[in-house]
Amino acid sequence: MAEPLETVAALRRALDAGATTSAELVERALARADALQPRLGAFVGLRAAGARREAAEADAQRGRREARSALHGIPVALKDNIAQAGEPCGCASRVLEGYVSPFDATLVERLRAVGAVVIGRTNMDEFAMGSSTEHSRHGPTRNPWDLARSPGGSSGGSAAAVAAGIVPLAFGSDTGGSIRQPAAFTGIVGLKPGYGRVSRYGLVAFASSLDQIGPLARTAEDCADALDAISGHDPRDSTSLREPPTRTREALGGDVAGLVVGLPREYLGGDGCDPEVARAVEEAARELEKAGVTLRECSLPHTRHAVATYYLICTAEASSNLARFDGVRYGRRAEGAAGLTEMYERSRSEGFGREVKRRILLGTYVLSAGYYDAYYRKAQQVRALLRRDFEEAFASCDALLTPTTPEIAFALGERTGDPLRMYLSDVYTVSVNLAGVPAVSLPCGFSRGLPIGLQLIGRAGSDATPLRLADAFQRRTDHHLCRPELPA
Amino acid sequence: MSGYEAVIGLEVHVHLATRTKLFCACEVGYGDAPNRNTCPVCLALPGALPVLNEGAVERALRMALATHCKVQPRSLFARKNYFYPDLPKGYQISQYEEPLATGGWLEIQADGEAEARRIGITRIHMEEDAGKSIHEGSGRDGTRVDLNRAGVPLIEIVSEPDLRSAAEAGAYLRALHAILRYVGASDADLEKGHFRCDANVSIRRPGAPLGTRTELKNLNSFRAVESAVRAEIARQTALLEGGGRIQQATLRFDLDSERISVMRLKENADDYRYFPDPDLLPLVLDEAHVERVRAALPELPEARRARFAQEYGLSAYDARLLTSSRGLADFFEAAARAHGAPKTIANWLLRDVLAALRERSLEIEASALRPEALAALVRLVDEGRVTPASARALVPELLERGGDPAALVRERGLEAVSDAGALDPLIDAVLAEQPAAVATFRGGDEKALHFLIGQVMRKTKGKADAKRVRELLLARLG
Repeated sequence: MAEPLETVAALRRALDAGATTSAELVERALARADALQPRLGAFVGLRAAGARREAAEADAQRGRREARSALHGIPVALKDNIAQAGEPCGCASRVLEGYVSPFDATLVERLRAVGAVVIGRTNMDEFAMGSSTEHSRHGPTRNPWDLARSPGGSSGGSAAAVAAGIVPLAFGSDTGGSIRQPAAFTGIVGLKPGYGRVSRYGLVAFASSLDQIGPLARTAEDCADALDAISGHDPRDSTSLREPPTRTREALGGDVAGLVVGLPREYLGGDGCDPEVARAVEEAARELEKAGVTLRECSLPHTRHAVATYYLICTAEASSNLARFDGVRYGRRAEGAAGLTEMYERSRSEGFGREVKRRILLGTYVLSAGYYDAYYRKAQQVRALLRRDFEEAFASCDALLTPTTPEIAFALGERTGDPLRMYLSDVYTVSVNLAGVPAVSLPCGFSRGLPIGLQLIGRAGSDATPLRLADAFQRRTDHHLCRPELPA
Repeated sequence: MSGYEAVIGLEVHVHLATRTKLFCACEVGYGDAPNRNTCPVCLALPGALPVLNEGAVERALRMALATHCKVQPRSLFARKNYFYPDLPKGYQISQYEEPLATGGWLEIQADGEAEARRIGITRIHMEEDAGKSIHEGSGRDGTRVDLNRAGVPLIEIVSEPDLRSAAEAGAYLRALHAILRYVGASDADLEKGHFRCDANVSIRRPGAPLGTRTELKNLNSFRAVESAVRAEIARQTALLEGGGRIQQATLRFDLDSERISVMRLKENADDYRYFPDPDLLPLVLDEAHVERVRAALPELPEARRARFAQEYGLSAYDARLLTSSRGLADFFEAAARAHGAPKTIANWLLRDVLAALRERSLEIEASALRPEALAALVRLVDEGRVTPASARALVPELLERGGDPAALVRERGLEAVSDAGALDPLIDAVLAEQPAAVATFRGGDEKALHFLIGQVMRKTKGKADAKRVRELLLARLG
């Protein structure tokens, strides 16, 4: 089997030195993806021909000294909810069977513009609803560290592909933790940029006010390069920030002395948290302190309402966002329906999986006449309070440090029968989406041979700060250098 | 109507005159091949997002200001959720809790009413249109969907229940229609469905609380609204007088048969699960921008009517007709300026030009007639170089093909005949042919003189200068 691919930075050095070619990297990535697919199930589709063509083009450009960026010629993978012209965009759902997107997401345009090569689409929970990548019409993705366990979700395919060394960089979407939690479970770095930083045009909406596209890679440095390549205002997304692309990469360098990092007491030492996770996170905080960071206890007092608020808002938005999957214009339509109502009912009943249906029903209820004020409007009010919690914390801190998840990767099948428990495992990640702030998850240790994730949260508008801290931590530690042992 | 008073409120949906749709760059086109003007956004493909068309906001704003509404500094787009094949997203983007503008009014004057009345406007909000479902045959062939119209920008203008008769409803719609076109908010072409009306109707004893109302849907012409409202008032009156009860319902009106039928009763009211659209930011309009739009508004029909009456000495009726469309009012003013006698121009326009336009279903600005040409034509009449009859006969040609009236008169040999040398032989002939009329006139009947003048005119095909003919005739008969 092809050897795992190194980090983006290492591959770029090899490309620059002429030690390898993009064509070779793409061949290695495709071969490794194929070889691991039966055990890992990370991909739902490869685009070998297109990737080879683009790699050859990237090599030709490099030969003419026209390499355009840090990602030039690098093989990457995209979650199955990001539109690529001429490719399926299935969201791991039966309802989108047969659908091929006629247009590119802004993300895809920007990746192409900088010469990155997309090798395929990765598995996910259907419509990004889930934390385990088990709710997929393609079957589950497995955790490279333990094939009996979940890689987390919903961007579990992207996380597994990076953790298994198939690609050095993949993209996912994060609505309530769907990049950070799988990054934590698979021992890699996952960045949820601040809301509006990366265009959502071409990302199939789950909950529009929470969704963000972000990178998953082995290092904070690679994530910074990726963010700098894909961020910047997009006139096709009204919620996109009117700002130029970020320049987070130049902010990295290891020097974080003088930064103040808050430790929110509601996130640390709670009873729900695995003690080994808590210990690893505390050690990580002390490591940053050694790097010159000032630690300060702080409070996010409304945290206990975050999960409830999140599930009211995301299901409400989802119930409306998923109305377009009606079997009328594209995707799968139930055969032989007697009339319009039956066509809708059967196309949607047969097309959506259980978890998606559960959330559509919840969201429909939340928005119904007579319940709107008690649920949706109330949730918006609490959301404002949560946002204010962060603003107040950031008045005296540059970043906040928390665990990414209360526990390490759970076994496949362990949570599918208990949706509430599955929802509660999002406790440390959902507030970040509700507040719209940036956050990164990075590996900070192991428990029973499985990775532990550390979350660093930045203030709105400063995506660079959590990346700077993560980078500094990675320069001082080697958790990110550990790789799962995958039998050949 | 036997002691009942009607209470009527109107909701008018108006297509805004933009080149592109409300949330995407697709062209707005009528009569194009089905589904030609579509893109990922208006087809609701997975991942597509809406972006607000600022030109549509600008046009909506003009209408809001022209109807004295208060423009909200911040308004919100919401999603109205329901399933229908011509609604691609499964929701319509519309303003709901926080509309663009509220609390305006406009003045109407129904035919035969002495006083103008002020009708309140509750709100004006922006929204997107749906596509069209085309049901063919018995439904066996299925339903076809054309999404060219999906996403076309609309404003909905909701009146207060201030209207009291079908005639007032008609007057309100005509006033609204004129303002829409004056400010360039909409082409308001009724035949293209640019202007669609729903009417809420109830009746009550004067001073009593409001009665149960019914809603008449999809009334697409002024006449349809007037007839439907009249029929519904009569239906409700007959029902109450017969001891019946009005049921809250949505009604359909058939213009040909003038029949009202029930679409659905209100008991099964829909729940549209409105909520703010998270894909769109709140629409924030700063005061300076609103004031710039206000300052750029053209003079509105009401003000222009008053000015025409005062400045040009026109009757209220003539002033109203001349200001009924901005094109006509602009034409009048340009022609009056070029000619110098506004009342004369007004008479020509209202008497001759409008009739010829109506015969051709033409708007004056779409015709080939230029204001300067009308002024020149009337001047030829003033100078006696062409008779009014000849001038009138040239109007259709000027409307259709344009041109210089003086040159046309020469080309057609329409110069007025006034010299005695040319007229005397014709007069001789008429006097010889009409001895009876000559005798009648000599017997003291003046009417016979008009007959004789007419006979001379006939021989010149209307080119004779009537005044000159009269002089010559009198000289011969006197």
